[in-house]
Amino acid sequence: MKNLTSWAIIGLTLIFLIGPFIIIIFAGASAGESLAFPPDGLSLRWYLKVFTIESFRQSFVLSMGLAIFGTLAALLLGIPAAYALNRYELPGAETIRTVVASPIIVPGIIVGLALLRYMVIPLDVTVTVALFMAHTALVLPYAVRVVSSSLNNLRSDMEEAAVLLGCTRLQAFTKVVLPNIRGGVLAAFILGFVTSFNQVPVSLFLSGPGVRTLPIDMLAYMEITYDPSVAALSALLAFMSLAIVFIAERLLGFSRYV
Amino acid sequence: MSEKYVSLRNLTLSYGKTVAVPNLNLDVVEGELIALLGPSGCGKTTTMRAIAGLLTPTSGTIVIDGRDVTRVAANKRGIGLVFQSYALFPHLSAFENVAFGLRLQKMPETEIRQRTEAGIATVGLAGFEKRKPAEMSGGQQQRLALARSLVMEPKVLLLDEPLSNLDARLRLEMRTELQRVQKKTGVTMVFVTHDQSEALALADRIVLMKDGKIEQLGTPHQLYAEPATAFAAEFMGFENIFRVQGENLVSDFGQLPLGFKATSPMLAWRPSGVQVGQGPLSGRVSASSFAGGHREYVIDTALGQIKADAPIETLEVPLGENIAFDLPKSNARQLSA
Repeated sequence: MKNLTSWAIIGLTLIFLIGPFIIIIFAGASAGESLAFPPDGLSLRWYLKVFTIESFRQSFVLSMGLAIFGTLAALLLGIPAAYALNRYELPGAETIRTVVASPIIVPGIIVGLALLRYMVIPLDVTVTVALFMAHTALVLPYAVRVVSSSLNNLRSDMEEAAVLLGCTRLQAFTKVVLPNIRGGVLAAFILGFVTSFNQVPVSLFLSGPGVRTLPIDMLAYMEITYDPSVAALSALLAFMSLAIVFIAERLLGFSRYV
Repeated sequence: MSEKYVSLRNLTLSYGKTVAVPNLNLDVVEGELIALLGPSGCGKTTTMRAIAGLLTPTSGTIVIDGRDVTRVAANKRGIGLVFQSYALFPHLSAFENVAFGLRLQKMPETEIRQRTEAGIATVGLAGFEKRKPAEMSGGQQQRLALARSLVMEPKVLLLDEPLSNLDARLRLEMRTELQRVQKKTGVTMVFVTHDQSEALALADRIVLMKDGKIEQLGTPHQLYAEPATAFAAEFMGFENIFRVQGENLVSDFGQLPLGFKATSPMLAWRPSGVQVGQGPLSGRVSASSFAGGHREYVIDTALGQIKADAPIETLEVPLGENIAFDLPKSNARQLSA
């Protein structure tokens, strides 16, 4: 009986977690004209149509670019920050940690509004630049945290050993530290990529005419056209995320770092 | 052979405002194996890090092989350090760990290969070249760390608590190994330890340190037989140390008559130097344990506890009974303070 109850709980939890995903896959595979579940018959036409919608193609490229370059920029800032926070006794290190983490603590709506009101408008930056800066800031906390935890596992005397063997501090970092936190850096990249790619509230404020990230574009599309293509696209994106995480897990045991 | 191969002159080392080592002077002879011995916080590790260049002295100079290296960066000093944790590079194979420093010197590949293989062979790790450090035992990791430093042909090889992470059997093996490698390469070795038996067994000379100062410097035999101070005596196993006042021995607890005239302010006896079973003094046995070749007694006396090792042939005195003993002049070590 007890066994049965626990299985029931596990089953319900799984349905709760995976259910929406399955609904989306089938809603997108509908043969009908409007978004519905269960679908009116099955066909792949909406999955194919997604690729022909010009605005989706543009916003996909933008989202990809933001996710890749925003995350790279965050790593470029985040790795040295994590290193400094780990290796040196900095005055106010706790404050720095909190400030760095704030973009994920403060609700995205507020971050978006603040960036729009106090940075984008007064500085008059282009929409793309604004989005790039916002995504970098949003990914930074993950970069610092994940890289920090792998730096924690790396003893600092290894760098001293490298220095005594002839390395400069910089060489010690590139030849000894970086190779040993490679897993953490890759994990941070993937986490950052997914976070940036799926980001809605901040992008909502910063998107401008003709420049929209994919999730925002999908929201806009749905307001006008209520066909299953959005469902099909969602399913495709979910598969893409799954594939990335699956490959990462296989290559480097991703779950160890998160 | 230089008598002052490594020369520390008026060296003051501090962490922030805390002075760890004030005004240290020390000469290391070329090719010797010298131990910096002392309890934690005595400045031995700090001194070692300063020689390595990992810590910049507040004042004073460090001269190695005739060259003032006080302001020379750690990576340009030509000094090897075997870390207590070994600090091997986990992402590299044993071979690449040893070749690491040679590669930085942009040596031709054939020479790197040859020197690395020779280095690995020196420490008895031939055949383990492809292993990662994590796939090696503690003893093997230590040998690898040793080889990694040795292939650089350092002027001085520093070792931080080289035997402390090994179990008893490996410790003995590594001790012999270190002596063998030192004989073979002739490298000057400075090692840091808190374990006096390690220092006694391994070193040509011992620098006993306390509060950043040299308490006593000498050969293992000198330190063992003739400790000069109470601190040195305690470190060398003189467990019974008392002050002298006129005709009496005095402690914080009380006093006992001394059977002879003493000229030093303090006297010390090893447990093995206390005569048990007969003598003018007596006390109550508060602990007694069999230790193979002898029996270890703890005797409660007017001076407090006295530790005494009795030969196994002497009659055993049960707990709580009185036992006669003597603190003989012949076994007493005179201490300055």
